Amino acid sequence: MNFDKDLDARGLNCPLPILRAKKALNDMTGGQVLRILSTDPGSVKDFAAFAKQTGNELLSSAENNKEFEFYLKRK
Amino acid sequence: MGAIPEIASIDELIQRRLDEILPQRIEQAMQAREEGRTPSMTIIATKGTLDWAYPPFILASTAAALGWDVKVFFTFYGLNLLKKDISDLKVSPLGNPGMPMKMPFGPDWFKSLNWNIPNLVQAGIPGFESVATMLMQQTIKNNGVASIDELRSLSQEADVKFLACQMTVELFGFNHDDFIDGLDFVGAATFLPEAAKANVSLFI
Repeated sequence: MNFDKDLDARGLNCPLPILRAKKALNDMTGGQVLRILSTDPGSVKDFAAFAKQTGNELLSSAENNKEFEFYLKRK
Repeated sequence: MGAIPEIASIDELIQRRLDEILPQRIEQAMQAREEGRTPSMTIIATKGTLDWAYPPFILASTAAALGWDVKVFFTFYGLNLLKKDISDLKVSPLGNPGMPMKMPFGPDWFKSLNWNIPNLVQAGIPGFESVATMLMQQTIKNNGVASIDELRSLSQEADVKFLACQMTVELFGFNHDDFIDGLDFVGAATFLPEAAKANVSLFI
C-alpha cells in the first residue's frame, strides 16, 4: 500500500505510538496516508479506537512476526 | 354545525402524528449534539512520586491526542510534577506490597526473580529509595515507556491546560519560578466549575 509518511514506533510503549502518530498526522494534509510500525500489542486496539474517535480512517491493521503495521488516512 | 367534531378530529390527528414524530426528532437532535461535542476530561493530580506521575500525564496526553479538551489540576504533592527539574522524582517500595521488585538487567532467570525485602529492612538501609528509583528508571527505559518529562511536554504541546493549586504553592513555600511555563495558578473554585462540565473527571 502506498503511503506519504512513515512512522517507526517499534520499541515504544503505550501511549507513545498514539502520541507520535497524532503528531505525524498534524504535519500532513487531508487524504494523505501514514504508515506506522509498532511492537506494542496494545496498539492494535488503541489505533482502532484512535481512528474511531478522531475520524482518521484506519485503512489496514496487520500483524507480522510480532510487529504491527497500520495505515491511517488523515481526515 | 359539522365544524366542531371536525376540528376535534383534526386535533386528535395532529396529536397522534406528533406522538409518532417527536421522539424520533428529539433523538436525532440529541445525537447530532452529542456528535458535535468535543469530549472533555479533568484530572486532579495529588501524588508527587515517579510511579504516580505516570497516570495523569499518560491519560492527559492520550486524551489530547484523541482530540479531547483536557485540564489537569495539580495540588499538594502533585505540584512536584510541575517543577522545572523533575529528575529528582522518586519511587518508594516501602509499604507498597503491590510493587514488583525485579532487576532490570542480567540474564532472564535473574530478571524474573522477585526480591521480597521486608519493610523493616527497606526502612533500615540508607539510600534504599534511591536505588529502587534507579532500578525503576532503568526498567522504564528498557520497556520503551516515555519519561515523565516527555509526556509532560507532549501534553503541553497538545494544549492540555495545567492548573496549579496556589494554596499549595504557599503552603509548601514554593516560588512560581520553580515551575515550568504555561501554568495557571488557581484555586478549587476555578477548577470545580470546569470539572462540572467535563465528561470524565478523575482523582489521582
